[in-house]
Amino acid sequence: MTILLHQLRFEQRTFWRSREAAVFIFVFPLLLYALLGSVYGGEIGGEPAVDVLLAGLFGYGAANTALAGLAIILVGRRESGVLKRVRATPLPPATYLTAVLLSTLVIFALQSVALLALGGLAFDASMPENPVGFAGVVVLGAACFAGLGLGAASLIRSAEGVSAVVNVIVLPMAFLSGSFGPTGEYPAFLQAVGDVLPLTYFLDVTYGVYLDGDSLLADPAALAVVLAWGVAGLAVALRRFSWMPRER
Amino acid sequence: MADAILVRDLRKSYDGLEALRGVSFEVAEGEVFGLLGPNGAGKTTTVEILEGYRERDGGDASVLGHDPGSAPRELRERIGVVLQHSELNPLLTVREAHRLFAGYYARPRDVDEVIALVGLEEKRDARIKTLSGGQKRRLDLGIALVGDPDLLFLDEPTTGFDPSARRSAWELVRSLRSLGTTILLTTHYLDEAHQLADRVAVIAEGRIVALGTPAELIGESTTTAIRYLRDGEPVLVETSEPTSVLHELTRDALAAGEELAGLEVRRPTLEDVYLELVGGEEEQP
Repeated sequence: MTILLHQLRFEQRTFWRSREAAVFIFVFPLLLYALLGSVYGGEIGGEPAVDVLLAGLFGYGAANTALAGLAIILVGRRESGVLKRVRATPLPPATYLTAVLLSTLVIFALQSVALLALGGLAFDASMPENPVGFAGVVVLGAACFAGLGLGAASLIRSAEGVSAVVNVIVLPMAFLSGSFGPTGEYPAFLQAVGDVLPLTYFLDVTYGVYLDGDSLLADPAALAVVLAWGVAGLAVALRRFSWMPRER
Repeated sequence: MADAILVRDLRKSYDGLEALRGVSFEVAEGEVFGLLGPNGAGKTTTVEILEGYRERDGGDASVLGHDPGSAPRELRERIGVVLQHSELNPLLTVREAHRLFAGYYARPRDVDEVIALVGLEEKRDARIKTLSGGQKRRLDLGIALVGDPDLLFLDEPTTGFDPSARRSAWELVRSLRSLGTTILLTTHYLDEAHQLADRVAVIAEGRIVALGTPAELIGESTTTAIRYLRDGEPVLVETSEPTSVLHELTRDALAAGEELAGLEVRRPTLEDVYLELVGGEEEQP
């Protein structure tokens, strides 16, 4: 436990010290929300647009932090030999990974608070109807996309390419799932693609809890799809995750 | 003395290629043992099996009484590792990196003491990304020492060092040795092995082709080189009987009233012996 907190403290320290990571992972979704919130007025599907967009960017933030951010961190550390070096110490691998995952959760939770603060102050957006449920959604999002992030980190081979690859996954997913605005006008085949993506269902759960004050468990089908994607990513990671860099 | 490392008939293949074809040696407690060989000979494979990074295909291995294949935490508490290629988070300072790793061990050494030991006091609060290559290597060594290991693996620890940095690294290894730390060292540098290692194993194509103290390895070679100038032209005589050859040379020179200009009698160096053993191939960088 002490060793876990020790590692978590260093994870946090190095994350906030890295300006690239802090800007890309933490600030980018806030920036997009500020932009989209200024562009879209009125209502989307009967709800205030600033609320729907806040939920959308919250979902994008989950994917960006836990999937893209985690994969970038882990692939970089693997290929530079940081993971290999840690493996020769008494620190249990599970403790190390738990600290990395908790650090991701901390970043996403802070980002969610910042997003709500920005929405409330700048756009008069609604605050969560069900705060406890909303905290649960934060954990759900971090967990699901961290599972996918671990899976992606296991499959992506090069540290140079990892940023590009994860953005090719995350940005179109956010677009097709409705993070950046409603998808009702999209062509049918794009909507069909959106209908299988985890972010679509994560946003469904988010809308329910954030806007309608539903319980986290109100939409079991959507919850199941989100969890299934996370478990699928984890399953890939369990089979393919490596602590060693590729042979040079 | 007990053996810190015991390796018997170690075998390892990658995709059907035999990297290790039955390697055996032992390292006594407190000994500095050098593993020499060209790239691809099997040095790093051997070391990485002993560090717990790779599974062996066959043979026995024991490190501090543990099977490195299962790499128990108890073993990892007692070993220190300097890898050939490894980085630490460039955003941490020297002191933070030491503190981070010290936190992994049950009984770490004092962080500032270790930083002083590897000569990085002046860089204590500098971020790792600002360090020179040699300083980063000393940091790797500090990180490896912070858990107060009984056994230290050094995989080419001075590659890329300038001569004076290499000298001070050697001093450090000697002082660790005098404190009783067992060291398994791989190196490209023959002089480094000669300077530091109590015993040396030369590994080539996955086999140990020679093993002994540097003096023994040199002693096994029977050739002595005698060089001198005759009428301004260099002459080289290689002989296994230097006494009689030299006697004849000097007798004839005295009789003719000549000076043997540039006379030099040289025993083979470890490098000569090594090149003979590994087939004289130049190392590919």
